[in-house]
Amino acid sequence: MISLLRSIWLVFLHMFRKRVTIQYPDEKPNLPPRWRGRIVLTQDPDGEERCVACYLCAVACPVDCIALQATEDNHGRRYPDFFRINFSRCIFCGFCEDACPTYAIQLTPDFEMAEYNRQSLVYEKEDLLINGPGKYPDYNFYRFAGMSIGGKDKGEAENEDPPVDVHSLMP
Amino acid sequence: MIQSIHPLIITIGILFVVVNTAALLIWLERRLLALWQDRYGPNRVGPFGLLQVLADMIKIFTKEDWVPPFADKPVFILAPAVIVVAVLMSFAVIPFSPDIWVVDLNIGLLFFLAMSSMGVYSVVLAGWASNNKYSLLGGMRAAAQMLSYEVFMGLSLMGVVMMAGSFNLREIVETQKGMWFFIPQIFGLVVFMVAGIAETHRLPFDLPEAESELVAGYHSEYSGMKFGMFFVGEYLGVTLISAFITTLFFGGWLGPSFLPPIVWFILKTFVFICFFILLRASLPRPRYDQLMAYGWKVMLPLALANLIVTGGIILAIG
Repeated sequence: MISLLRSIWLVFLHMFRKRVTIQYPDEKPNLPPRWRGRIVLTQDPDGEERCVACYLCAVACPVDCIALQATEDNHGRRYPDFFRINFSRCIFCGFCEDACPTYAIQLTPDFEMAEYNRQSLVYEKEDLLINGPGKYPDYNFYRFAGMSIGGKDKGEAENEDPPVDVHSLMP
Repeated sequence: MIQSIHPLIITIGILFVVVNTAALLIWLERRLLALWQDRYGPNRVGPFGLLQVLADMIKIFTKEDWVPPFADKPVFILAPAVIVVAVLMSFAVIPFSPDIWVVDLNIGLLFFLAMSSMGVYSVVLAGWASNNKYSLLGGMRAAAQMLSYEVFMGLSLMGVVMMAGSFNLREIVETQKGMWFFIPQIFGLVVFMVAGIAETHRLPFDLPEAESELVAGYHSEYSGMKFGMFFVGEYLGVTLISAFITTLFFGGWLGPSFLPPIVWFILKTFVFICFFILLRASLPRPRYDQLMAYGWKVMLPLALANLIVTGGIILAIG
């Protein structure tokens, strides 16, 4: 009996507590920086596309919402010819971001993507590409990787020694 | 002319106010529950979300009004009406203020008890006519619960009747001028309150509908405004029990004269309605056997003891 009265009283006291609700459209929630929201494709600090069209994101995607086609420019850099994410399927798991070897694909703290037309949820590369490096401001894949492209030969990457002439190692 | 239509105006006025109160209680309950659960509740439709009621009404009126093919059709349709009618009839005997009442029955209290018993029919018939296991279980539970709680609901009020020496609700209120009956009849009040919750099958005694066990109990098969009628009936029941607690134990319209009597009545009733909702917010539902044991083993002896002691004291004082 006492416990019943006590719980009635305690529930009554909740009247004076702070509300938990965030009144969303008037009051924006405070999203953490690692929030998994709208997916973007980032650019490296030189303003080039980071994506090397390796298909790892498309493979990692559990709902197969990513579609892309690799191609190569005349410097030998790989890039996606088209890059399409169907956000009506996307479950925002972030596996694509984990899989990406070049930090190109990233999830952002934005969830306000509602559309009246389902087709509008299919984002093309123009919609996905942003004009910046996202969470990794200094990272530039081609300057670290040993891959030779136009304007950067083998051995010219950061922290990379020039290639060893294997014939010089002969005893 | 005025003399002849005056009762009519009062009747229609009371009907209007009571039915609208029941509708507004939907909003009030949702807001209060939210308040006690650290939320806001409906607050976007109109000022303070008050138009939520209107939106809900429009929604429920435009829902498909479906009678299942396996149901007993006439009974199925009749059942929701019974509860609303039974509860609304009881409002006829309540004296809202010294000059606002519908009928001045000298057996007002008995009339109320009779009408609240009628409410059982609605629930049992709904459970039976739905031709559905869960509905029937809900209906059976409702019958057992309401019948057993009715016994000491009546007994708990006899103390008040003894002290007032009348079944007439106006006279009961008048005799509370010296002292409101909740002081000498505190046990009567407790028993009546518990029985009242069980009679309106509100939480925590909502075993007839118990969502977690019986889908929605006796109104599982109901949709549209038929379901709405059960809802209105339930909220009317809450208002009715609150009004009766006010009338019988808290001096009805009596109160300091800086407010008119009707305002006192409404204020007191409002407090008890809020208390009903607070009970819903805080207490868990008992098991069915616990409910029955609680009724017959605790509440009935308490009501009888209260009756005997009150009678003894009245006899001793003379």
